[in-house]
Amino acid sequence: PLPRFTACYVVVNIFLIMWISAVRSLSRSGGTCTSCILQSQTRAFTSLPETHEMLRKSCRDFAEGELKPIAAKIDREHLFPKKQIREMGKLGLMGVAVPEEYGGTGLDYLAYAVAMEEISRGCASAGVIMSVNNSLYSGPIQYFGSEKQKQNYIAPFMSGERVGCFALSEPGNGSDAGAASTTATLSGDSYSLTGTKAWITNGYEAEAAVVFATTDKSKKHKGISAFIVPMPTEGLSLGKKEDKLGIRGSSTCNLIMEDCIIPKENLLGQEGMGFKIAMMTLDSGRIGIAGQALGIAQASLECAMEYAGKRLAFGAPLLKLQSIQNKIAEMALRIEGARLLTYRAAVLKDEGKPYTKEAAMAKLAASEVATFASHQAIQVLGGMGYVTEMPAE
Amino acid sequence: MSLKVLVGCKRVIDYAVKIRVRPDKLGVVTEGVKHSMNPFDEIAVEEAIRLREAKKAKEVVVVSCGIAQAKETLRTALAMGADRAILVELSPKEYEIMTPAHVSKILAAVAKMEGSDLIILGKQAIDDDCNATAQMTAAHLDWPQATSASKVEVTDAGLTVTREVDGGLEVITTQLPAVVSADLRLNEPRYATLPNIMKAKKKKMTTLSLSDVGVELKEHQTVVSVEEPPVRSAGIKVKDVDSLIAALKQAGRI
Repeated sequence: PLPRFTACYVVVNIFLIMWISAVRSLSRSGGTCTSCILQSQTRAFTSLPETHEMLRKSCRDFAEGELKPIAAKIDREHLFPKKQIREMGKLGLMGVAVPEEYGGTGLDYLAYAVAMEEISRGCASAGVIMSVNNSLYSGPIQYFGSEKQKQNYIAPFMSGERVGCFALSEPGNGSDAGAASTTATLSGDSYSLTGTKAWITNGYEAEAAVVFATTDKSKKHKGISAFIVPMPTEGLSLGKKEDKLGIRGSSTCNLIMEDCIIPKENLLGQEGMGFKIAMMTLDSGRIGIAGQALGIAQASLECAMEYAGKRLAFGAPLLKLQSIQNKIAEMALRIEGARLLTYRAAVLKDEGKPYTKEAAMAKLAASEVATFASHQAIQVLGGMGYVTEMPAE
Repeated sequence: MSLKVLVGCKRVIDYAVKIRVRPDKLGVVTEGVKHSMNPFDEIAVEEAIRLREAKKAKEVVVVSCGIAQAKETLRTALAMGADRAILVELSPKEYEIMTPAHVSKILAAVAKMEGSDLIILGKQAIDDDCNATAQMTAAHLDWPQATSASKVEVTDAGLTVTREVDGGLEVITTQLPAVVSADLRLNEPRYATLPNIMKAKKKKMTTLSLSDVGVELKEHQTVVSVEEPPVRSAGIKVKDVDSLIAALKQAGRI
């Protein structure tokens, strides 16, 4: 009995050691730039790794050259910037953190956050289209999809030729995602989906959707499952495009499913995993959207500073007046804080650590500073802030 | 026709920066100021990459003569698609006295070391606006030069280059090897794609010293002073063409 016990003990120990080192090396390679992040400069975010700075420059140049000139027009005319999205695909922006084997760029979430800010600084509509494709659509399939699903539904969506969308919210529930009333019934080799999804970004242009539906009502939120629905497809129709306050270059609409049949292979993960998939996906989406808000805020700050540097009042540029200085300082301070929160959430995710709270903080801080900064920009521009001629409006 | 192309890049103060004169009036403030690749050099890099994509060139090597930070500029060129980079590293003091006379010697030496068939440079740097390096490099190598190029075609006989000159456009043909300098309308440089930015990390970057290229940096000129341009003064209104001509004559303008 004793030798056998010792043998088991040794074997178990060996397995344990192998498992621990496997997990360690996985988390080390899971974040592509973890080794860079260990450098103290990056830890303090005084500067990012060279790749990220080059990425920032490339995205900024693209945003300045290709997005800024059309941003006002696509917002005014509710136009989807198809050409620009294709070019962003070529730049590798439609799958920043998607592994290269599926056509993505294979960078990390810190890079994604930086890219989101720079793109949104030029055009927030392009930013949200990019974010939904990256985090909300590709994310669930990347983390929970089968190999075949990744090949069929991620790879073709990386080039900018097609975009995907994410359908969780419904007319009857947004925050209360667990109360999904869309149903998915299995019969033979396929599921039949019935229900309406609301507020779907990219709805009009998407060629696939990650849809959440109840497969077992008795299990409440543990009875929700996630599905990949190709678009267009029989039984799926689109509601009218919402007429929004802003970000109007991106379409938002309802997805209406009436006996929408999809093969059972399109189930993402397993039945009942839907709620967990949705919550994890939204965590990562928050980092992207925080990036978008930072871009909006930064553009507002720069707009205000440029105007205040030129506009004269009482014999000197506005920048000399303390009231204006206070506004600009407050904008800069809040933006910096939100940016650091965003980077922190991104790095935590890249290191494989829990980041739900930090991502939520980042999104809240960034979106609040976006509204604050754009409002302050209007104030700094005075009358010019109220007209469409200037970007503040 | 599979050319080995050498492209020169210079790290300069970014074109959008508001330039400030140094307190000692011997130069401009560079400390903490945003730098980037000289815009004409970006056009040169783009042209070289296009030649390789059109299978007229087999390798694009980028070279910069500057301080250690010039590596960033070279990496940008690699991210655009260049194959290899060479930095001829100078100390900050050496860099202060560097002029096209020196750079052209260095580039000629590198071209010989590399066995280059074609050198493409930006027509001028936006910090000194010399417009001399390409011409001097050609002279050192005894190669033909085609400067201010707005179109470059590789033919069986060599190059056919359209040049932008004061009178309009001039088309010349040269044999290879040759030196070309890129003008604004030669092409529109591409944005570095993220996959290429990542590939750039793996590409080779060599650092050479002045002794490696056999060039000595002797101070040719001394900067006496650097000043801001004069503040624009108000104009005057004249009542007819004759008064205008008289006023211009008096100001010594005609």
